[in-house]
Amino acid sequence: MSVADLVAVRRASAAQQRAENRTLTKLTIGPSPWARAGALAALIVLAALWLVPLAWGTVTSFKHEAEAALPASWWPAQGWTLEAYQQVLSNSDLLVWMWNSLVVATLVTFLTVLISAMAAFAFSQTIFKGRGLLQWLTIASIMMPGQILIVPLFRQMQALGLVDTFWGIVLPQVVAPVMVFILKRFFDAIPSELLDAARIDGAGPWRLFWTIVLPLSRSILVAVAIFVFIGAWNNFLWPFIVTTDPQFMTLPVGLSTVKNAYGVQYAQNMASAMIAALPLLVVFMLFQRRIVQGVATTGMGGQ
Amino acid sequence: MTVSNPSITAPAGKAPVRQPAGAGAAGGTRKSLRERDRSGYLFVAPFAVAVGFFLVWPTLYGLWMSFTDQSLTGTGSEFIGFDNYAEAFSDPQVWETLLHTLWFTVLSTVPLVLVALIMALLVHTGLPGQWVWRMSFFAPYLLTSAVVSALSAWLFQPDIGLLDTWMTQLGLQPIGWLTDEDVAMFSIALVTVWWTVGFNFLLYLAALQGIPQQQYEAATIDGAGGWRRLFSITLPQLRTITGVIVVLQLLASLKVFDQIYLLTGGGPNGSTRPILEYIYDTGFTNYRLGYASAISYVFFALILVFTLVRLMPARKEA
Repeated sequence: MSVADLVAVRRASAAQQRAENRTLTKLTIGPSPWARAGALAALIVLAALWLVPLAWGTVTSFKHEAEAALPASWWPAQGWTLEAYQQVLSNSDLLVWMWNSLVVATLVTFLTVLISAMAAFAFSQTIFKGRGLLQWLTIASIMMPGQILIVPLFRQMQALGLVDTFWGIVLPQVVAPVMVFILKRFFDAIPSELLDAARIDGAGPWRLFWTIVLPLSRSILVAVAIFVFIGAWNNFLWPFIVTTDPQFMTLPVGLSTVKNAYGVQYAQNMASAMIAALPLLVVFMLFQRRIVQGVATTGMGGQ
Repeated sequence: MTVSNPSITAPAGKAPVRQPAGAGAAGGTRKSLRERDRSGYLFVAPFAVAVGFFLVWPTLYGLWMSFTDQSLTGTGSEFIGFDNYAEAFSDPQVWETLLHTLWFTVLSTVPLVLVALIMALLVHTGLPGQWVWRMSFFAPYLLTSAVVSALSAWLFQPDIGLLDTWMTQLGLQPIGWLTDEDVAMFSIALVTVWWTVGFNFLLYLAALQGIPQQQYEAATIDGAGGWRRLFSITLPQLRTITGVIVVLQLLASLKVFDQIYLLTGGGPNGSTRPILEYIYDTGFTNYRLGYASAISYVFFALILVFTLVRLMPARKEA
């Protein structure tokens, strides 16, 4: 079987699984209209509650500043306005921070996926001295919470002159031992016949990695990438510690400084929150299935 | 470790690669030719360097710092033995902030598991609007902590905020959501549930989709009703994933910092300050890096206990 065949087979089995899931869901609840109506009502109430904060923030962001502070009304009497958005976009560094976040999150994602996949390939498909020790070290490092390293890491960045630089924000975030293990387990499941056949044909490890292992693992790589990207885009603590210059702040960090600067400008406050929220919400709407799948496969942290 | 187990990475029961009989057992019946590749060093090198530089080194360096009186401003530092640890154990702030952290962990973990389960069970009934439900429940998870804090601070705003407006309309007294010492932690837990429950919801949903359909068919033929199927098939099947979600959630909640720091700054009166904020304050506001490192390691010891509990079931599986 060629690589293309294998990929096709896997797609087909995934589609079949989805079809099975669709019929399955109907059996978890009885055909009773009362049960269905009750469940639907509960869902509507829950979803409404969950959407209130975002909806209220959106409404506020389109109000005139003078009206935003008046007792809550869902329909502004003075009409809708883009005033707050114009103010925020022209008077703050919001767009700079958004660009910084994009650069940082993209770099973190690219580097993390690349070095994790390479390490996973080494653990899964090659043998070298010290491999056991390195794997053990990787497992042990999963237990290390990054949050407790902020003090020594900051010192290290100071010594390297990386405070207030993109690399200072990015580099400590590319260590993701959990992702290595998720990928390793996936690579382990690639039929060894396929790899051996390529080896007999004289394919070197780079070719195995780029032309067989990576194409076969596209779905898991995308899942890991999405997961890493969301994490890096939203990360607050580390970028907050390692940046003091507004020109290098990421969106979460920059936004937290705006809150203090604006004081009681509620409409503007909500407008910047909405602008900051938009990119990932749009990405989610576009790639919902992938993201849901990605969280399900990588979210367990290799359990 | 060479024997593959795709089911571990695919909780939804989707094997990553459809396996011809025995093909996955690389180390089993048939020896793989992978021994020929001796380039492993090259592949593992970038990751190993990153781990060494940004994980192993700071871990050791932090440990050393915890035995010194290093300051953020001063250049030199002196070895002071266990002084920092002795101070940490007798520092009421350490115990207080540790207690706040544990209190938050309890307050947030229980609803974050239960509400996620209820959401997943409701969505899994296959009722129309799947896209809307998933979007509504998961969307807040995509927001960064600064946005979450801005939104909730506005909802919690005294008097003119939406929540207080509702309280007044219901004829109740306004609540000092973030200003009342007895209430603030509950408000923060509430925000956290709203923010992150979507993640656990998706994990549960994936687990539900992995329950074999035949069990439901058989039960239906035997005349089991909806509730019976829920309690006799669905919930028992979710026991493993619940254990995993609980421990993952405990670990995540223990590391709380962002939303508390941004919403209350640890107040009112220090009543919500978590241990991570105390570490931050000690190191970066009071410049006592040595002492901050020592508290970090005390906190690490606590997290390690939870992590080891987490790894236990995985070992049983292997």
